[in-house]
Amino acid sequence: MTLMTESQTSAGQRRGTARRRKPLRSSGYKVFRVIALVAVVLFLIAPLFWMLLASFKTNVDIYDAGKSFLFTPTAENYANVLQRNNYFVFIFNSFWVAFVSTALSLVLGVPAAYAMSRFTMHRSALVVLMARVIPGVSLLVPWYYVFSNLKMVGGFEVLILSHMFVALPLIVYIMMSYFDSLPVELEESAQVDGLTPIGAFRHITLPLSVAGMATAGILAFIFSWNNFMFALVLSGSKTKTLPVAIFDFVSYASIDWGGLMAAATVVTIPIMIIALFTQKYIVSGLTAGATKG
Amino acid sequence: MSVLTPARTSGQSARSRDNFSAWANRHRKWLFAAPAMIFVGLLIVFPLAWTLYLSLTDSQGSVRAASDFVGFENYLTVLTDTERFWPAVGRTVSFTLVALVCEVVLGMCIALLLWRPFRGEKWVRVAILLPLVATPVAVGMMWRLIFDPNIGFANQLLGLVGIPPQPWLSGQDSALPTTIFMDVWQWTPMVVLILLAGLTSLSEEPDEAARMDGANAFQRFFFVTLPLMMPTVIVAILLRGIDALKTFDILYATKGKGGGSFHEVETLNVYAYGLSFDYNQYGLSSAVLILFFMIIIGSMWLLTMRKKAVSK
Repeated sequence: MTLMTESQTSAGQRRGTARRRKPLRSSGYKVFRVIALVAVVLFLIAPLFWMLLASFKTNVDIYDAGKSFLFTPTAENYANVLQRNNYFVFIFNSFWVAFVSTALSLVLGVPAAYAMSRFTMHRSALVVLMARVIPGVSLLVPWYYVFSNLKMVGGFEVLILSHMFVALPLIVYIMMSYFDSLPVELEESAQVDGLTPIGAFRHITLPLSVAGMATAGILAFIFSWNNFMFALVLSGSKTKTLPVAIFDFVSYASIDWGGLMAAATVVTIPIMIIALFTQKYIVSGLTAGATKG
Repeated sequence: MSVLTPARTSGQSARSRDNFSAWANRHRKWLFAAPAMIFVGLLIVFPLAWTLYLSLTDSQGSVRAASDFVGFENYLTVLTDTERFWPAVGRTVSFTLVALVCEVVLGMCIALLLWRPFRGEKWVRVAILLPLVATPVAVGMMWRLIFDPNIGFANQLLGLVGIPPQPWLSGQDSALPTTIFMDVWQWTPMVVLILLAGLTSLSEEPDEAARMDGANAFQRFFFVTLPLMMPTVIVAILLRGIDALKTFDILYATKGKGGGSFHEVETLNVYAYGLSFDYNQYGLSSAVLILFFMIIIGSMWLLTMRKKAVSK
């Protein structure tokens, strides 16, 4: 415990110590660091930038190496994708499936994570986390059989169920490490003041966990939005999600690169905007539990 | 444990509500955990049991069609199949190992670069986040254009430094390394974030003490920071390794069915998917999946043991 508080304060004063230390670092390292960081950023951003550029090019310009960066931008690809190929439907499908499966997973997952954290139900947690490990294909054949017998394949319900399978383990995993870090003393004193254990969970723990639930929810939404394999098998023409729609884009003879890049941009932009605004949550969610001993 | 409800109206209904509340509170452990566990259990245990059963039958064409019990014949067929199965195992292992090594080494370098605060930190962090959240299928399509042998930017770039154009994804030998490169691009940021979280939670004293003793930066990293970081490194390998073994989206999006016409990028997951949904060989695919699952569990178990050893 002492060790932890110590490391926390030292992390808090990091800025100060770093400044004090700066003279120790050679200026050679500083130059190297700037160059290396610029290279890293370029490496990560350039491909995305290239995709964005191509989405504003005509197919003739895409084939012209001389027009890599200088070209007359056109919004035609987007008009094509959004109107002619009806991407608004796919955008809605993706959003709806991700939203509902995330919401339902939160309802199931948060209390479960709470119980697993407070009663240290490690073996039960393992059952839920198995869902993260198991190859999706091994589940798809039986699912497909059962759900097609129930006439559910091609409907939203089965897609939402399968995406909950992605979202729920993630939410349980993140919320468990969140509840682990929340002191039990608060609940105990609330119980001394006359709340039942469930009352203490509802009135004390839940309001304190809003940040954790936001983290878990945002990540679950992103993972559901990005999911490809489940929707590839279980979605129908009316429930097709964006990743499947993009995949179908290339199954025809020749590739319309401009349209394909516009479609790829359409699917990534919403998620990137969400990520930019919720950066802090995403980082804490992805690294949840990673630094526990 | 006293149960006090705020509303103390007398009467039957209030008492039964009290009784229910007392019961719910007593059993809250399972009341809370059960719904999620039943949900996951139903969706896992039953399909897994079925997959196990199918792997022992000659089911094909349609799961509804009659099938015969054939014992371990499917496993025998699969394990002696040097044309598709073993190459797929090889590709799965090499894809995962090479991608993991690149991601952990690169990730550690980038995490160390980001460790101490600097100006513009915010922008670098945004750049790190973007590949991570991008939809894998879209990422696959993006690289397909960039690595196109005729019009792709990759060959344009090589042309600038005088290197002849490469076939990238369409080459028989270069397809798998190219997909590994895509995986490294997308997932190194994930490793960076995990390692960075580990670095910032490290105590400064050991590093400080080594500095006092005159250790240089390399010595401090290899003999002080790295050993302390080992548990976090293994967590990163564990999380990333599971996903790398199961990589499907970018492979299917860039090379399509069967991992390309020569099965260049056909990993176990792509192979099993193809057997199930492109060729409807359910018995065979189930055997492949069970073996695949055992490989995943086995490597996870090894890593967890390793983690316990370094944590001590």
